[in-house]
Amino acid sequence: MSAPSRTRAPRRVLWTLLVLLIALFAGIGATAKFGSGQWSPKLGLDLEGGTQMVLEPVLADPNAAVSAGQLEKARDIIAQRVDSNGVAEAEITTQSGRNIVISIPGQPDAKTLDQIRKPSQLRFRAVLVASSGVPQSAATTTSSPTGSASPTSQSPVTSAPIFTMDPVATAPVTSGAPATSANAPIPPALTGADPTPTPGATTTSASTTTASPTTAQPANPSDLAWVTPELAKEFTDLNCSTAGAINDFVDDPAKPLVTCATTKAEKYILGPVELDGTDIADATSGYQTGQNGQPTSVVEVRLSFTGDGTAKFGAVTTRLFGLKADQTRNRFAVVLDKQVITAPSTNAVISNGQASITGSFTIDSARALAQQLKFGALPMSFKLQTQDDISPTLGKEQLALGLLAGLIGLLLVVAYSLVQYRLLGLVTVASLVVAAVTTYGVLTLLGWSHNVRLTMAGVTGVIVAIGVTADSFIVYFERIRDEVREGRPLVTAVDAGWSRAKRTILAADAVNLLAAIVLYVLAASNVRGFAFTLGVTTLIDLAVVFLFTHPLVAILAHTKFFGGGHPWSGLDPERLGAKTPQTRYAGRGRFVTPTLTSEGKA
Amino acid sequence: MTSIAQWGNDLYTGKRSIDFIGRQKQWYAFSAVLIALALVGLFARGLNFGIEFRGGSEYRLTSVTNTAGYEERARSAIAEAGIPGNVLATVIGGTTVRVQTEAANEKNEAAKAALAKTFGVDEKTVSASLIGPSWGESVSQKAIQALIVFLLLVALVMAIYFRTWKMALSGLVALIHDLVVTIGIYALFGFEITPSSMIGFLTILGYSLYDTVVVFDKVRENTAEALGSRRQSYAQAANLAVNQTLVRSINTTVVALLPIFAILVVGFTKLGPGTLLDLSLALFVGIAVGAYSSIFIATPLLVDLRRNEPTLVELAKDSARVQAKEPVAAGVGVGAAAGGSDAAARHTAAADLRDAGAADTDSVGRPLHKWAAAGPRNQPKRPPRSKR
Repeated sequence: MSAPSRTRAPRRVLWTLLVLLIALFAGIGATAKFGSGQWSPKLGLDLEGGTQMVLEPVLADPNAAVSAGQLEKARDIIAQRVDSNGVAEAEITTQSGRNIVISIPGQPDAKTLDQIRKPSQLRFRAVLVASSGVPQSAATTTSSPTGSASPTSQSPVTSAPIFTMDPVATAPVTSGAPATSANAPIPPALTGADPTPTPGATTTSASTTTASPTTAQPANPSDLAWVTPELAKEFTDLNCSTAGAINDFVDDPAKPLVTCATTKAEKYILGPVELDGTDIADATSGYQTGQNGQPTSVVEVRLSFTGDGTAKFGAVTTRLFGLKADQTRNRFAVVLDKQVITAPSTNAVISNGQASITGSFTIDSARALAQQLKFGALPMSFKLQTQDDISPTLGKEQLALGLLAGLIGLLLVVAYSLVQYRLLGLVTVASLVVAAVTTYGVLTLLGWSHNVRLTMAGVTGVIVAIGVTADSFIVYFERIRDEVREGRPLVTAVDAGWSRAKRTILAADAVNLLAAIVLYVLAASNVRGFAFTLGVTTLIDLAVVFLFTHPLVAILAHTKFFGGGHPWSGLDPERLGAKTPQTRYAGRGRFVTPTLTSEGKA
Repeated sequence: MTSIAQWGNDLYTGKRSIDFIGRQKQWYAFSAVLIALALVGLFARGLNFGIEFRGGSEYRLTSVTNTAGYEERARSAIAEAGIPGNVLATVIGGTTVRVQTEAANEKNEAAKAALAKTFGVDEKTVSASLIGPSWGESVSQKAIQALIVFLLLVALVMAIYFRTWKMALSGLVALIHDLVVTIGIYALFGFEITPSSMIGFLTILGYSLYDTVVVFDKVRENTAEALGSRRQSYAQAANLAVNQTLVRSINTTVVALLPIFAILVVGFTKLGPGTLLDLSLALFVGIAVGAYSSIFIATPLLVDLRRNEPTLVELAKDSARVQAKEPVAAGVGVGAAAGGSDAAARHTAAADLRDAGAADTDSVGRPLHKWAAAGPRNQPKRPPRSKR
């Protein structure tokens, strides 16, 4: 039984830990070099500087609660707004089933923030003019309506250059008859779900529109008289690919609106609002049912209207169907948050309130549209719960001071454990260093893989965890000391002390972990980081005690310095008052009465 | 620190002993006074809730060169921005001005600009927090929910871990004691309660529970031993347990408090109120109170709860008889003589020396057979091959 063989197992554990640590940092290096990772933990907004808003979606009906689906939808709406404002690296998450948290690095201006949290509204407007989303000299000159009532000049706005765009996205903007066009995908078309559209409903609205002159009073919402020269200029100048391009436009239901499609592929001048989200009863998606009741391969979005909505929608489709010849003005745009989500053309008069939108949908895109329509039926506004603007200087200062506090705390703990445990305290120091390095690595890696950001609360958690981690060592060392007091030699004392301390350490860490999990689940967002780092460091504490502290102490117990109980080792049996004063059986019939050296020193 | 180590040794062997159990009435009375003070503070002064609960705005201006007359200047700037109501301004760490106002919804930007102009800093460096009034409501609701869930879980964990409802109950009483006293201290000193302090309070529960677990673990170990040897009463065994874990309790508490103390110092002098300070203040007060309660409240309460159990009454009688017969061994808990506890402790050691390695030397360096290390023992088990 040579010393190396006795310390082989602990040595192996230490090597394992070293390999794990190297793997951890190699992983971080790999993510930093080849991926989107970095060498330091990602910082939260309160340390990095930035703006965080917590919004609560509120339905128009004060008694209705926001469901999980609606919250997700609201999140999507916000995300879309953030995108359309060109805000980079924003994070939008839902929180505890009722709030939406928006984190934006840097300091966006007040207007952008207002845009992000304005109420959401789904509205239906007739299309007056449509064109490619990016202004092009050829297209814009022809498309600019001069206010004259010549509808035919508006329909071929999209001439040759437009075809360079994604055919799916621009599908409705074909100049030919879309339903029969062979090379273009079928554009979304509103058709009556009832296969027999009510005949005779065709009114003479088309003729009235064409007849309406440049007078200030438009006869109906499809009347091109809505297009004033100012509106035409706005439309001409509009470039949908610019971030926040439509922010300045006022969404007044009684007035026409210049806007873009959410895809940014098209821009429109739309008539006044004719229906809104509250007129929708339901929206579903699926495969269209054929004549004999069997599903066909055509994907459709089915839309049903409320009683009131049915009447309004019937009137609108009657008018639009009358404009069938005009491929632009026959379309009816669905506008969410000022942006057109779809603008199908009208193929029938739909007076039964059951509409169906077909076109170049996939089953997924149809479902997405149906969701948008359905949740759009509930107009949502967003109540500002909290807003934090942290300047980067304040964040940096806070971080620096937090780290300073952590360093002071660490030094105090180190000093205390050196005083209490003498050189055994060095094991504490080494263990704390290993724990700190591991924590740093794990937080960095989690920042890359799970986008975990270190906030001030998180920093506090890490500092507080110094105490928790050191606590495990104290439990362990005190147990060893207890065993030494019982009169055991150090090697056995370490083993026996470990088997008892293990239980306590496990129980303690289980309690801490449980606390951290409960806190994480129940805590408000800005203090969640505390619970998170507390939980992570608790697990790291376990790993360090098992993989580092215990093996190290086990190896040290075999050294002459510690095993021999050197006065500075902190494990000196005499100083610990090892129990020797009683007469003992020393084997082979001999009894030993030790001299009371420990008593003398006491 | 020889004295502490020595003191620890004496406490461990029972040579010196603090009578935690016997003087329980004193501790109870002390805690009762604390709780009464806490309740007085709670109801007379009330709690000082931060703007996270009330709703409001807070602005922070860093690197302000001239803070003279900051209160007046902040007030006039806020009035200029058109925000009514109280304005509270403080200077933190010499160069940071913190201004609290009523919720400044759409006047947020105006207030930032006005403050930046007044104090001569770049508007971009002004940090602002705005908390809507309904936020606080949901925050408090959540905190109360968290508290209830936490207490239930803790009770469950205790019941599972200790398997006796009396231990679980004593532990829980200690927890609630900690919580009430901590909140009372907050009320009495008028510390601000924020969501950060709330999470701090909940974390205290974890710490307090853990302290109690450690002490109760030892109590269970010692009392099981006493039930076997019949040399000590339950109260004496429990008291020895508290004494034996005392040094450990002190060490762990000090080590837990040291980093938090560092945060407090940095926080008070430099950072000012914020997540860091709020959390650490709650933790500092709570951990200190928690350490007290696990020693002075939980264990005496446990002994009082179990005092009248028939088996323990019997044990008390038996141990009294044994101690009367062996005057040397008498009075472990109260009399502080070393002999009795030695006997008990030796028995413990003998019972679980399962994995004796090669005994090298004894305390004075002579070669010693391993079985003889602590006197007569039971027949040792053959160690497993790996240990030989």
